[in-house]
Amino acid sequence: MRPFAYHRPADPAEAVALVAADPAASFLGGGTNLVDHLKLGVTRPGTLVDVTGLGLDTVEQTDASLRIGTNVRNSDLAAHPALRAGWPAVSRALLAGASGQIRNQATTGGNLLQRTRCVYFQDVTTPCNKRESGSGCSAIGGYGRYNAVLGASGQCVATHPSDLAVALAALDAVVVVLGPDGERRIPATELHRLPEEHPEHDTTLRHGELITAVELPSSPLAARSTYQKARDRASYAFALVSAAVGLDLDEDGTVRDVRIAWGGVAHKPWRATRAEDALRGEQPTEDAVRAAVDIELTGANTDDQSAYKLPMVRATTTYAVHRLLEGSR
Amino acid sequence: MEHREGALGKDALTLWLVQSTIARGRVLDVDAEAALAHPGVVSVLDHTNAPILGQGVDEPDLELMVLQSTEVRFRGQVVAAVLAESAEAAREGAALVRVSYAEQDAEVEFGPDTTLEIPDKVNPDYDATSDDGDVDAALAQAEVVVDQTYRTPYEHNNPLEPHATTALWDGERLRLVEASQGPYAVASSLAPLLGLDVADVVVTSPYVGGGFGSKGMAHAPAMTAALAAITAPRRPVRLAVTRQQMFALTGYRTRTVSHFRLGARPDGVLVAIDHDVVEQTSRWKEFAEQTATSTRTMYAAENRRTVHRLARLDVAVPSFMRAPGEMPGMFAHEVAMDELAVACGVDPIVLRERNEPTVDPETGKPFSRRRLVECLQRGAELFDWAERPDDARSRADGVWWVGTGVASSTYPAKVMPANQATVTSCEAGEYRVEVGAVDIGTGSRTAMKQIAADALGVDPSCVQLEMADSSIGPATVAGGSSGTASWGAAVVAAAQLFRADHGDSPDPGLQTTASAADIPAAEDHALHSFGAIFAEVRVHRWTGELRVPRLLGVFSAGRIVNPVLARSQFYGGLIMGLSSGLHEDSYRDPRFGHVVTQDLASYHVAAHADIGDVRAEWLDEEDFVVSPMGTRGLGEIGIVGTAAAIANAAFHATGVRVRSLPVTADSFVS
Ligand SMILES: Cc1cc2nc3c(=O)[nH]c(=O)nc-3n(C[C@H](O)[C@H](O)[C@H](O)COP(=O)(O)OP(=O)(O)OC[C@H]3O[C@@H](n4cnc5c(N)ncnc54)[C@H](O)[C@@H]3O)c2cc1C
Ligand code: SF4
Repeated sequence: MRPFAYHRPADPAEAVALVAADPAASFLGGGTNLVDHLKLGVTRPGTLVDVTGLGLDTVEQTDASLRIGTNVRNSDLAAHPALRAGWPAVSRALLAGASGQIRNQATTGGNLLQRTRCVYFQDVTTPCNKRESGSGCSAIGGYGRYNAVLGASGQCVATHPSDLAVALAALDAVVVVLGPDGERRIPATELHRLPEEHPEHDTTLRHGELITAVELPSSPLAARSTYQKARDRASYAFALVSAAVGLDLDEDGTVRDVRIAWGGVAHKPWRATRAEDALRGEQPTEDAVRAAVDIELTGANTDDQSAYKLPMVRATTTYAVHRLLEGSR
Repeated sequence: MEHREGALGKDALTLWLVQSTIARGRVLDVDAEAALAHPGVVSVLDHTNAPILGQGVDEPDLELMVLQSTEVRFRGQVVAAVLAESAEAAREGAALVRVSYAEQDAEVEFGPDTTLEIPDKVNPDYDATSDDGDVDAALAQAEVVVDQTYRTPYEHNNPLEPHATTALWDGERLRLVEASQGPYAVASSLAPLLGLDVADVVVTSPYVGGGFGSKGMAHAPAMTAALAAITAPRRPVRLAVTRQQMFALTGYRTRTVSHFRLGARPDGVLVAIDHDVVEQTSRWKEFAEQTATSTRTMYAAENRRTVHRLARLDVAVPSFMRAPGEMPGMFAHEVAMDELAVACGVDPIVLRERNEPTVDPETGKPFSRRRLVECLQRGAELFDWAERPDDARSRADGVWWVGTGVASSTYPAKVMPANQATVTSCEAGEYRVEVGAVDIGTGSRTAMKQIAADALGVDPSCVQLEMADSSIGPATVAGGSSGTASWGAAVVAAAQLFRADHGDSPDPGLQTTASAADIPAAEDHALHSFGAIFAEVRVHRWTGELRVPRLLGVFSAGRIVNPVLARSQFYGGLIMGLSSGLHEDSYRDPRFGHVVTQDLASYHVAAHADIGDVRAEWLDEEDFVVSPMGTRGLGEIGIVGTAAAIANAAFHATGVRVRSLPVTADSFVS
């Protein structure tokens, strides 16, 4: 047995202090990802600070936004009437993830900070820069079906697995974080990072920073949004690729504003701003969407195993737009 | 007979396996110091201190010769094992063991340049080749030729319950509670290597959570538990194999590459069938999947040739995975038949009817029953086949392309010899019936009870059934779809002999033991079950994702002893076939030599949401050439042909022909 200390504080500041003071400490949410990693030896924290006793488990709606406490469970959030009405892409993204049992257990913050499913990351007998800095990247030249096609580096080609994070990146969510120096508000698009030379860091969070809430601004785009996920089985599979799309149309049907983010293509949820720019002011025809996607995909890097992702991103995004135009979500 | 399993768990030590991290070479040193210093760790077993196995045994089974030498033959091999007071201590102890190696170059994948050999036999003892007529000449002259290569991936048996063993050595006898499909088979493979009599290795498997063939034989973990128990007398040793370890240690199906050439007349009548299989085995223990054997029996053609070629690699040992041979072979054959139907412009069912043989093309023997055409026709009726448009990519429903496909299915009827059953009269007109076979969740307890009650002419409530214990006597594995017929035949024999010896109202305490009688007619017939599988496939117009809203199997499988159990077996087979068609795919990393998709999040099996309307029907029949109950066995036939029916339906939906399993969205995305 490898003993570790376990704390379950009731106060967020105390939780932050406990982790910030100890480089070998980790926050523990629902545990559906972290506990697996403890068993597999992927991570070996000396202290676990359970954050599920902190409260932070309510959803509050104001005129301008929805504030989601970090400990709101994925299944409760997905079913929340305000979220379903005002941010359907987020609800759909949650429901497209994992299984009913896991969603009952998983927390909002834990979901965003789940780690890559790269098979080598989870297999401690193989080199992995993300698990062990400088050991090498086994995914390059190995199993590549889930590898990144955008923004990867020579150090890491992993993708971020969260569906929720993709919907949040599309709909301009803000992640609220409490650290030793107080509160920070991070745009969801800036929570995760690209691997560059340091794949061991998934996010821009500093050690000891606790996610306390996620805020979703209301907008016509958010209300007319959807999430489309392509995967290898009908449920209970990570995305091959996914697309979160929000659409706001002028009376004549041209695109007033649009949000597009992709999952399964990069080390972070990929906000497709160049595709958005290309679509603004255009009629959202199938051809126009495809062309816009292609602009964003210039610079994509694929190999035999991941080449399918480009047409699939195109297809998934086009289909998401099609659904929104049809009036379904 | 006292029932024993409950008692074993108390006071148990936990065992954890340490696996090699090289694919080939030698263990130089096992440094156990840190592990032994860890609280709770009791001992570390390795090749220097493990009890010696296989003394006096010629050619011992290397898979079971655990910790006997420094040689590393594949990545993931057991190179040490840690015994501890708790599972947590054992697992941490295992992580602390440091093994150093002298690594050698390993060959872990096959390709165009790999040296191939034709084996002496393919599993279990079929010829590796067959050759009738002149295939090359016939193909050269054939008006229509289908010449294509079909691939199936490595597949791993993933019963929900991983393998587990509890072992207790009491100084004279070894007792194992084992997650096994064949307790007697486990006892008889472990005993000689341990230098024990079979009777001194008592294996019980009271409850088993599935096996799919992977629990058909003893694998290295069971032997490791036995060794550890011997080093810790009078304390039970518990070993639970992890999901990840199963991908190296408990068997799998080889990848197969089938080169098919069909030659036909314009009306689709076959003149030549050529099936050339390339597959792999471990270099150190051969398991040659019988991929082309069903091809020898399926359809009539003057000229027929099959060959299996094996690559011998430094990899984990492949083993039985449900419908070994038939599943990958019939995928190839039945997709090729669909391609021929398209090439000839003949309906796929009509094509199969035109190639129906009157006798077994391979042996010339008559079939005990061959009702493939009836299965196809009944299925066509149930599936509204008549409404099907001839052309591919001609039906859409919303965002889905819709298609239907068909494939034939077959599975050899096997009755295993060497089964023994005992009938004992008890008080009040009750009987104890013992057969050493196991119920792995299929309902064989229920079926055996019914068969015994039938044969004794009593109500099932008068039968006390004892199973799942090697000490009852020889019983073959729950595998090869042979259980009901094989064990049932022994039960029937014992019941009949009992009645002959002791009459209809015996005193309590009388006993008869018997083995199944041979059925002479079996020798003169070809014994196979047949079926027809129909699938409706929808392919998403944009993303290419596939759904199978309808799946139907119609089977001719002998007498159905219990319709509830039979339906559940057919469903299970169809669903497993769907899973192989759409999902299952093990990726062996050629640089390391082990499978890296080694959990159920990355090795996909079908989820509930993938299963639509699944139906199974059977033709009413009895086959007394195969067994005295008229049964033929029905576990695996549902798997065979299902992946082909799905691939064929996907073609019909989209016009895109996929020749490699699994059939996934990337082939259809547009
Ligand atoms: C088989 C399987 C299939 C799955 N499929 C999908 C899928 O399709 N799509 C998908 O999106 N997800 C999927 N998941 C992942 C699942 O969504 C995550 O495991 C879950 O959301 C994690 O939440 P948790 O609360 O259990 O996190 P934990 O396991 O408790 O924590 C995860 C990480 O977050 C950190 N953490 C937790 N809370 C906080 C906080 N408040 N502040 C700072 N750090 C924190 C922890 O330290 C840890 O590093 C799947 C999981 C499994 C096991
Ligand atoms: S892709 Fe990233 S996570 Fe995967 S092996 Fe390479 S470094 Fe590790």
